[in-house]
Amino acid sequence: MRKATGFLEYERLPESYERADLRIGHSREFVRALSTGDARLQAVRCMDCGIPFCSSGCPVNNIIPDFNDLVFNDQWKTAIDRLHLTNNFPEFTGRVCPAPCEAACTLNIHRDPVGIKSIERAIIDNAWEQGYVVAQPPKIKTGKRVAIIGSGPAGMACAQQLARAGHEVTVYEKNPALGGLLTYGIPDFKLEKSVVMRRIHQMQEEGVVFKAGVAVGPKVTEVGYIDHSEATLSAQELESEFDAVVLAVGSESPRDLPVPGRELAGVHFAMEFLVQQNRRVAGIEAAAPISAEGKNVVVIGGGDTGADCVGTSNRQRANSVTQLEVMPKPPAEEVKDLTWPYWPYRLRTSSSHEEGCERDWAVQTKQFVGENGTLKALEAVRVNLVNGRFEVMQGTEFQIPADLVLLAMGFTNPTAKLLDAFGVEKDSRGNAQAEFGAYRTSNPKVFAAGDVRRGQSLVVWAIREGRDCAAAVDAWLR
Amino acid sequence: MQYPKSQGLYDGRHEHDACGIGMVAHIKGRKSFRVIRDGLEILRRLDHRGAIGADPLQGDGSGALIQIPDALYREEMATQGVTLPPAGEYGVAMLFLPNKADDEVVCKRTVETVLADEGFEWIGWRRVPLRRDIPMSEAVKTHEPEIWQAFVALKTQSDQDTLERKLFVARKVLEHTVQSLELMTGYQFYIPSMSSRTVVYKGLLLADQVGEYYCDLSDERCTSALIIIHQRFSTNTFPSWDRAHPFRYVAHNGEINTIRSNENWFRAREQGTTSDLLGDDLDRLWPLMDPGESDSARFDHALEVMLMAGYSLEQALMLMVPEAWEGHPEMEPNRRAFYEYHSSSMEPWDGPAALVFTDGRKVGATLDRNGLRPARFLVTDEDYIVLASEAGVYTVPEERIVKKWRLQPGRMLLVDLEQGRLVGDEELKSRVAGAKPYREIVKNLTTKLDDLPPVEKREDTASIGTLRQIQSVFGYTREDLKFLMLPMAESGEEALGSMGNDSPLAIMSQRAKPLYGYFKQQFSQVTNPPIDPIREQLVMSLVSFIGPRPNLLNPNEQPHEVRLEVTQPILNTAEMAKLRDIEKLTDGRFTSITLDICFPVDADDEEVEEALGELCRRAAQEAVKGTMILILSDRCASPDRVPFPALLAVSAVHQHLVQTGLRTRIGLVTETGSAREVHHFALLMGFGCGAVHPYLALETAKSFAPDAATAKKYEKNFIKAVGKGLLKVMSKMGISTYLSYVGSQIFEAVGLNGDLVDRYFAGTTTQIEGIGFSEIIGEAREIHRTAWERPDLDEGGEYAWRAQGEHHNWSPDAIAKLQHATRSGKYETFKEFTKLANDETTRNTLRGLLRFAPVAAPIDIALVEPATEIVKRFVTGAMSLGSISTEAHTSLAIAMNRIGGRSNTGEGGEDPARFAKIDKLTMLSEVIGAGRVERDYELQPNDSLRSAIKQIASGRFGATAEYLVNADQIQIKMAQGAKPGEGGQLPGHKVSEYIGYLRHSVPGVGLISPPPHHDIYSIEDLAQLIYDLRSVNPQGSVSVKLVAEVGVGTVAAGVVKAKADHVVIAGHDGGTGASPLSSIKHAGTPWELGLAETQQTLMINRLRGRVRLQVDGQLKTGRDVAIGAMLGADEFGFASAPLVVQGCLMMRKCHLNTCPVGIATQDPRLRKHFSGQPEYVVNYFFFVAEEVREIMASMGIAKFDDLIGRSDLLAARDDIDSEKRRHIDISRVLHNPDIKGEPRRNLGPKGISLKDVPDRKFVRQSKAALERFEPVVIRETVRNVDRALGTLLSGEVARRHGHQGLPPGTIRLQLKGTAGQSLGAFLARGIVLELEGEANDYVGKGLSGGTIIVRPPALFKGAAEENVVVGNTVLYGAIEGECFFCGVAGERFAVRNSGAVTVVEGVGDHGCEYMTGGTVVVLGRTGRNFAAGMSGGVAYVLNEDGGFAGRCNMAMVGLEVVDGDSHDEDSEAYELHRLLTKHRDLTGSKQAEKVLAAFEDYQGLFVKVMPNDYRRVLEERAAKSAEMVGARG
Repeated sequence: MRKATGFLEYERLPESYERADLRIGHSREFVRALSTGDARLQAVRCMDCGIPFCSSGCPVNNIIPDFNDLVFNDQWKTAIDRLHLTNNFPEFTGRVCPAPCEAACTLNIHRDPVGIKSIERAIIDNAWEQGYVVAQPPKIKTGKRVAIIGSGPAGMACAQQLARAGHEVTVYEKNPALGGLLTYGIPDFKLEKSVVMRRIHQMQEEGVVFKAGVAVGPKVTEVGYIDHSEATLSAQELESEFDAVVLAVGSESPRDLPVPGRELAGVHFAMEFLVQQNRRVAGIEAAAPISAEGKNVVVIGGGDTGADCVGTSNRQRANSVTQLEVMPKPPAEEVKDLTWPYWPYRLRTSSSHEEGCERDWAVQTKQFVGENGTLKALEAVRVNLVNGRFEVMQGTEFQIPADLVLLAMGFTNPTAKLLDAFGVEKDSRGNAQAEFGAYRTSNPKVFAAGDVRRGQSLVVWAIREGRDCAAAVDAWLR
Repeated sequence: MQYPKSQGLYDGRHEHDACGIGMVAHIKGRKSFRVIRDGLEILRRLDHRGAIGADPLQGDGSGALIQIPDALYREEMATQGVTLPPAGEYGVAMLFLPNKADDEVVCKRTVETVLADEGFEWIGWRRVPLRRDIPMSEAVKTHEPEIWQAFVALKTQSDQDTLERKLFVARKVLEHTVQSLELMTGYQFYIPSMSSRTVVYKGLLLADQVGEYYCDLSDERCTSALIIIHQRFSTNTFPSWDRAHPFRYVAHNGEINTIRSNENWFRAREQGTTSDLLGDDLDRLWPLMDPGESDSARFDHALEVMLMAGYSLEQALMLMVPEAWEGHPEMEPNRRAFYEYHSSSMEPWDGPAALVFTDGRKVGATLDRNGLRPARFLVTDEDYIVLASEAGVYTVPEERIVKKWRLQPGRMLLVDLEQGRLVGDEELKSRVAGAKPYREIVKNLTTKLDDLPPVEKREDTASIGTLRQIQSVFGYTREDLKFLMLPMAESGEEALGSMGNDSPLAIMSQRAKPLYGYFKQQFSQVTNPPIDPIREQLVMSLVSFIGPRPNLLNPNEQPHEVRLEVTQPILNTAEMAKLRDIEKLTDGRFTSITLDICFPVDADDEEVEEALGELCRRAAQEAVKGTMILILSDRCASPDRVPFPALLAVSAVHQHLVQTGLRTRIGLVTETGSAREVHHFALLMGFGCGAVHPYLALETAKSFAPDAATAKKYEKNFIKAVGKGLLKVMSKMGISTYLSYVGSQIFEAVGLNGDLVDRYFAGTTTQIEGIGFSEIIGEAREIHRTAWERPDLDEGGEYAWRAQGEHHNWSPDAIAKLQHATRSGKYETFKEFTKLANDETTRNTLRGLLRFAPVAAPIDIALVEPATEIVKRFVTGAMSLGSISTEAHTSLAIAMNRIGGRSNTGEGGEDPARFAKIDKLTMLSEVIGAGRVERDYELQPNDSLRSAIKQIASGRFGATAEYLVNADQIQIKMAQGAKPGEGGQLPGHKVSEYIGYLRHSVPGVGLISPPPHHDIYSIEDLAQLIYDLRSVNPQGSVSVKLVAEVGVGTVAAGVVKAKADHVVIAGHDGGTGASPLSSIKHAGTPWELGLAETQQTLMINRLRGRVRLQVDGQLKTGRDVAIGAMLGADEFGFASAPLVVQGCLMMRKCHLNTCPVGIATQDPRLRKHFSGQPEYVVNYFFFVAEEVREIMASMGIAKFDDLIGRSDLLAARDDIDSEKRRHIDISRVLHNPDIKGEPRRNLGPKGISLKDVPDRKFVRQSKAALERFEPVVIRETVRNVDRALGTLLSGEVARRHGHQGLPPGTIRLQLKGTAGQSLGAFLARGIVLELEGEANDYVGKGLSGGTIIVRPPALFKGAAEENVVVGNTVLYGAIEGECFFCGVAGERFAVRNSGAVTVVEGVGDHGCEYMTGGTVVVLGRTGRNFAAGMSGGVAYVLNEDGGFAGRCNMAMVGLEVVDGDSHDEDSEAYELHRLLTKHRDLTGSKQAEKVLAAFEDYQGLFVKVMPNDYRRVLEERAAKSAEMVGARG
């Protein structure tokens, strides 16, 4: 049994990082996971709340108090079994999840929250090391066939669940490498790709068939949309061949910044930049490489993708890195009385920021300034947020020297072409219309899960939707 | 007889009664009129023990039983020209006949015919002369029967016993015959008595009317050597003539808790029992008991049939009300064997009982094993014996009295009128027990399962599937393992939880639930006390017999039935194996058979029901065949075989065997994988199973263990925990022995339909219908089906919230929204909360099935009563400072005082510093002390920290006169939602300096709250406590808190009749306190049921207008309040919601002291985190009130008063989305009794009039003392009707001068005579109360610094130390003061004493129980179980016979010698000597004189009783102060 007063006796021990100046010299993960011994003492801080707000705040509803208990009791095998009951891929969330669970942790009200994410990672890393993670092929085959489009976290979770339920699952991925944004979007320094691949292997052993480089529907050629497919398959072909189709293609259309100078060389979508880097690490050099080396880099957009651009730029030895955000600077600390257990709005400084970066807020880009079609600077102005609208503050215009601008302003919606190909209705934001929990689109055979349905979101939400969608498909097929 | 038709939730079966009893007899058997006259005088003086309903002229009934007054009848009949045969050769039937002329005639005809048929010669009718013109209520009059006597004699010559037997049979036949006539007023036909020896005069009369109404009783020709009298206090107010006592053989004060099981087992005996004496007549007696008769009436029937079958009066009573022999090693072996032998033939009729009984030749009295009813008696030198519930009811010159004593627990008193002598308990019991060599008989007939050789183990579940799969098959959840079973296996105890139950009822849940979940445990409140199974273990027993039971009705037959005994009814694997092989192991002495209780997975519902029927038939066949043990087993469960819910199988088989009269021929054992928590075992056994083998639970417990040795320990622990839990379930209902628990059915069904219940659980109440057979089987199939597929067990989510689990009213988002709303003051956010909360409530609670059904158009909200008025109806829950932190406790009080609502102290006293109003901006720490506050906050001018409601609970902690006078309302906590019927415990480490100060206890010493209030064992006791509290604080109102369960309405009616101003109905789901998980989940019912039943019952009884009703239990939103009001509530209690507002997160860790938000903790590190503010709570209540206003406006209702009781404005929703919930029929909840002129709400205070009590005079005479501290002496003669003497005066002292009171001895009350109950209750400092005479129960209750001296009258000749001078439960909850009692006290002396210093010359059982402080000197013998639960204080006992150690409960205390020299002022000996000297000087005690005269010799004979906890704390303190001295030095 756990100690009821653990939280009073032990302080939070965060995962440690490799020194910033050292880690920017390579592209490997630099977070040092907790030792099993440390994880035990972190787990004992958990109070096993009557209402585990962490579990409520966690999109996959991990039963956090239970695995904490198991870790404390050194029952690592049972711990990973419990964790896998709710989360197919704790090694992903253990690395890249912003951990809303920790924001919701009861200890977070007056102290530091339990290091849930670090414990999760310790459980799964240990499980892989000990060989606890093995294929779980189904005992009975149903003979039903399901196609899943997209091999990102939603597609993977959905595929694994359906395969274990005994269905024949084929996953189509338009790009040559599997894993979607896990592989292409998230930098290696946060998530090494071998971590994704060993999961793919497990799933293959469980019977999931992956078809990479195959785009479904018409090939999409929009700027910023990453499609390296070598073959295509029509929606009709897929529909006739499979009993059900799951769209798990994400929400890939990036938000643009249509200001003067947008066309200048040196202004790129973040994803163009990040994908190239990941492919580079994997040994594939782009035909037209974008590099930050020696440049003054300006990242527009203060979110996670922006931070990834910062980290990547530093690793490419940029001369300077500046990150701009149109929203005002968030408070350093939230008013917990009014925000807990919800995700608080406050200033967040990521490991990438620690590696060197200027940050500025309440700044709107007016135009990109170039010479000979090449970007030289960025002209911006300060703004006030008044009743949800940005008001320009007269006389605050300024210029920032810039050789490379990366637009990291989020994604608007999935590509309409694919949805149209399946005759799937869209919601007001252009996402696939399907009810949360049901996942069924207007096409009775077609389901949608993950960002394609809910809009851009977290990996952990993608896993949740993939799992739930699998349950919906399974129920429908039975 | 005539009860209002059961309607809505009201059901006449739930009526209770209790009373005052008495007896007068001439020991030599001399008949006289004086005996009758004296008896009736006692009856009059017991008047206050009865009750009066809505109409002051309608009492609950009283009566008298006397010997046949032959002279009177002879002369009377002679006037008709009839000559009676010689006395003893004729019988007199006392008859109540219908008052409708036609029916009367028919009945008289029938009487004549039946008697003739039964071989009687008709002698004549006599119209019993009555004074019908005495004042009588209309309702009583309407049902007044015609009263006649019939005189008959046997045609053939026979002895008087035969005559009696014939009269008995004839009476039963007559009763059955008239009943079969189905006359319209046939319900009035009743035969009070029919005997050649005794006659009963009784009716629905007030106590002083019996003698007046029946002219015979005031006729001097009417003579008898004995009279038994009775005054009834019933919960109902319905005119019922037949329910008056005495019955034919007994008058009873108390309640038979085990009545259901006693009745069932009697029914089970109907077939197959034989009696040599009754012969073929026996078959004509059944059914012995009528439905609708009271427990006392049933007791009388059972006793009667046993007497007729040849038992002697005392023998029969020893069987029915055995003393506690199981835990009594000192009992004479043959007597023990007598009890042991008969325990298998007759299950105890258990419950608080004082019984007076007679067969006309002997008269006697006995008390139940717990001694829970008072009975005092005296013997005079003229050979009169007078016994009554109280002393002082009989006026006799002191010099004539030779003995004053009391009935003791389990003891019997018998007057043999024929032998002309008083027979003591010892003598009569050894005589009865000596009649046969019971030791040998028991030895020869009993086989103990433990003694049989072990059998090779061969059974496990591995063959069927993995452990996890099998667990799944039986519906185990992960929580069952984690929260329930692991703690049981590890610690041998049930696990604790807190913060109530907010998950759905089984019927409301969308998940498949085990059948067990559809039953709720019943518990005792008010009408009978729960027992403390730990501290009073000596009365408890789990011994069970497996196998046939002996024939009850042939006492003279040579005993021959073999019995298989188990020490407790949970069998381990080895024991089960023995049982299976029992034939081999015992050479055929016993036989057993196992029947499979699984059905094929593909069977349809009809086939399944048929399979169950087949099971029952097989069971009956086996019984007929002579198989002795039937094992019902679900071990055959497999993917193809679905186990029946074991409870269904057990109950079906048990009931089938009862109905076919075969149940006593075969023992019933269940081998099931399903039973895993205490509630499951309690149900299986309560529905008739003799023993259970929980193979899967045991395997599971073992699976937790790391090694084989630990596994063994875990199995043992698990069984131990279940055993303890069972004792708790039994004791909650006041049942002491397992044998009378089996088949007692003390459960109610919630969510099962009537058909199913009637068929398989007959006799169980189900109020809202629900699912039936096919749905239950459906759920069993569902659980079974999914079991083989799921990767892990179901999450459960009952005990802790789980996203994947059960719903909870408090969802994470609801908590967040409520906190954000009340902190920010944003009503919009509150509406978000409301939506979430109402959605959950809709899913989880019965009120979710209701919708508003307005009958008027909406009105402008501006016209609706303002929120400032509505919030005055809101109160916060009773949470003590101790259960919650100082910060949380005070902030709630401030908030409630700001809005004009009320907060509740909870049990645990209150800091007097909080009583004064705040006059300027002040910090909290300035008021209650800087060291006592961890998070300070600001108080506004006019704030008040005083809790308007002061709770008084069983521990009486801090309940001083000062505390009580500083209350607007005093709340008597009879039960709490979290654990009705259970006590509590505050471990020593939680008793901080401040808490110790508040509770007047020693910091560091643990405190125990007993399960019952030791001054409330029945309804008339409650009336007395209400009277006491009223006396101390006449301005305040008195509230009684009850918990919803079936029958609570009836209890509430009794409470109102006991003159409470206010009643709280708490739901099962409320309650914030720590409690065993099974109690949180399975005891009590939703408030919707309890409140509606209460409202309906009070209206039907015309009592509603007298009382204010409050409801609590998971109230959160305006909708909850509106529905509560419509179902009848005037006021609303909130506990968890205000706590959530103050930061509570439903951690449910209150019992661990680790509350991270500083609410339910005393840890200063955590209390710093308290972040509540009174403002937040104020915001919350105004938000709720605002919502109520919106609802009122939408329904066109402007005034809140007009909402109360308007259940017609509610309707069942028709959009219920769950299949299961659609089976609920909520209409009975909405039933609205239409009682003309009866209000639906409280109409204002009624209360008790204290206008003429002696204390008024005392207050007037004490003016100089009260105002100017001038000494005053008051002399007064008192009688037993003068109750709570000195209490009102003490209230006055406390009001003016606080706990400090007056200087010592300022007011001296010098009283003479017999004081009524509660002498000197809450007596304040500065008052000395001297009584020359004797006193009744509860002397010095809550003593608050005063001094009480009681000494026998100078004229009394008996030795003080051999006679009783004060009654039971003296010094209960005494805080401080001194008492000197020259004589012996009754049971439970100084129970829960926290500081009084006292000397007494002998005490009864359970002396110094739960004592936490003070000093008790006993100069004589103590009873058994001395010092049970004693954690503090010291007792010195004079151990002259050397036997004290055997009578002391050593669980928490050690025995020491009295140290030191009596001349050394620092020594114990000096202190003892000083007290004895004072005792001698104040009382003239001869015993003290004797001891003092040779103190050096006697010092060694004293034993010092020292609690271990107390010694530890004293030693720690001494060490600390030594350290400090050292440091300074």
